[in-house]
Amino acid sequence: MLTAASLTAASLTAASLTVASLSRSQLATRLAGPGLAVRTGPFASRIRSTIPQVADGIELLYGAYPLLGDEDFADFHVGLRRPGGLHRWYKPQVSFDLDGLVPFEPLPEAHAFPMLEWGLNWCISTRAHAYLMIHAAVVERDGLAAILPAPPGSGKSTLCAALVHRGWRLLSDELALLRPQDGLLLPVPRPVSLKNRSIDVIRAYVADAVLSAPVSNTTKGTVAHLKAPAASVARAGESARPAWIVFPKYEAGAATSLETIPRARAFFRVADNAFNYSHMGASGFATLAGAIDACTSYDFRYSDLDEAMAVFAALEAPQ
Amino acid sequence: MSASAPPVLLRLLRDPGLAAALPMADWDLALRQATSANLSPALLALIEECGLLEALPAAPRAHLEWVRALAARHRQAVRFEVECIAAALRPTGLPVLLLKGAAYAMAGLRAGEGRLFADIDILVPKARLDEVESALMLHGWIAGGHDAYDQRYYREWMHELPPMQHVRRRTSIDVHHAILPETAPVRPDPAKLRAAALPIEAAPGLATLAPCDMVLHSAVHLFFDGEFDKGLRDLLDLHRLFGEFGARPAFWDTLPARAHELQLARPLFYALRYSRRLLGTDVPAAVLDALAPARPNRRLLALMDGLFERALLPMHASCDDALTGSARFALYLRGNWLRMPPLLLARHLFHKAFISKKNAPETA
Repeated sequence: MLTAASLTAASLTAASLTVASLSRSQLATRLAGPGLAVRTGPFASRIRSTIPQVADGIELLYGAYPLLGDEDFADFHVGLRRPGGLHRWYKPQVSFDLDGLVPFEPLPEAHAFPMLEWGLNWCISTRAHAYLMIHAAVVERDGLAAILPAPPGSGKSTLCAALVHRGWRLLSDELALLRPQDGLLLPVPRPVSLKNRSIDVIRAYVADAVLSAPVSNTTKGTVAHLKAPAASVARAGESARPAWIVFPKYEAGAATSLETIPRARAFFRVADNAFNYSHMGASGFATLAGAIDACTSYDFRYSDLDEAMAVFAALEAPQ
Repeated sequence: MSASAPPVLLRLLRDPGLAAALPMADWDLALRQATSANLSPALLALIEECGLLEALPAAPRAHLEWVRALAARHRQAVRFEVECIAAALRPTGLPVLLLKGAAYAMAGLRAGEGRLFADIDILVPKARLDEVESALMLHGWIAGGHDAYDQRYYREWMHELPPMQHVRRRTSIDVHHAILPETAPVRPDPAKLRAAALPIEAAPGLATLAPCDMVLHSAVHLFFDGEFDKGLRDLLDLHRLFGEFGARPAFWDTLPARAHELQLARPLFYALRYSRRLLGTDVPAAVLDALAPARPNRRLLALMDGLFERALLPMHASCDDALTGSARFALYLRGNWLRMPPLLLARHLFHKAFISKKNAPETA
């Protein structure tokens, strides 16, 4: 059977071109015309937009991703357009659509790039039911992956951004994709979304961090996206085995602590963070149970990133 | 659409064998059209029936696989829900006579493969409505969010109770006592439909309409209604029912006479016409001849072709032309026109536009 991982690998070898091979004007022409088709892990997206902030963000953060041709298949056809009406002239707005379907209210035009990132996450989490999808960051080292499920505000993205610049590979900042057939995690290495204070924290922590221009006053506060490490993007076709489930919690001034969670409790807490657990029926249950069995689960509190890195470096492979 | 080539999704539904050699750009468009028409699981089922899934290029195949879990979960949920309904109605002694999607799924018909739907519809005798409603309420289904006018609309004029929802599972059931509103110009006798109903052998206590009646109900539901957002799905139902029942003896021989008997020859005429024109359904010439009396005059038929052959396409930008919006609106008006006499319709639309709207925040 042909798996999504081998499919991704095949596409990667076939497509030698990356988005960086386009000049800025070629990029803008594609976005305004047939769409810019780009592969991120198992998904191909065709993006259409004439909004400069969209081209800016893609040029800055998506250079290393495989570029697809005008005739190639895309899973998602998304657009970021200016809605009509008076807003065109007064406080311009941007509207996201998936092939004509508009799931969100328009946002101020300055939010266009974060809206593309949120929109693509929404496309995957509401459509790609070939996987059990968990709202979690995923990082990997030596073939073993840590799943970091967490509600917003827990410091998950900050931790993920730090880890992937300290020896871990980025699989995803938002979406753990567990494949029911073999229980492996598939990477969707896209930019890491940083909010508010964590933007400066990561700027200080990662010497060569490439970040998109911060956008303020979004529903999540000020948002900037951190470029995914090139090595993680290059290995987007390599799945990983789940080994740890870590529920992170940032607490100012807290001492670093790592406590194991009993399996039954971990199961329900991960299920709570899943996008499509009930949609997947029995297969969702079996997939999640397999992941829980394969992993050791922890509650993790931290306030200091260096100490957090040390804890992750010391994680032991489960039996 | 007559001027241009049919949408690629229609070509695939008409001949799933094309899946073996479809160019990549066509796959891209076909799967987008299928998503818009809510037909991705049905397309997956059709391609698998032909044994062609392995022949698909990797990318569209992986994309189609996304809906497999949803379809399986839906099938399981329908079975569970039907069992709950059967348990609730057991004290009434009535068979659970399933209509539309739930009937196709529970009877194991090909039309039920990969078909997604939101409500379960059943048909009960009008004289037993109160009893059925009470039995369902005892088991947790309630009719919510309807004001006094809505209650009157359903109970006096329509052919069903106000839709009921289960308080815990949030699932919906529509309890019908007829297949057309009390106020419609044609009113097929529901007693005849119930008398001909057939038990589902594998599921004691459950029943479906007889094959001819099932087709006629599907036809009247599609061609007397005003909303076509699920139009192509319903046309595909007809195409698949014609294909499966057409292979059985006596189906084609009895269908025209039954249609005339139930005053449903016109919707059957439309069902056969558009199922043939859009999906290439095989229909014996004798059946077409027998329905010739139900054919609208030449001018009306040209108009209906223009309307239906736009509204029945997937709701996707690639299938629209300059007249698509107007065609859908004209059919919406027609659908309401066919439900009620003009004066009652005017009153109903007036109420919906001004009075229900004004009261809406209080009832919500």
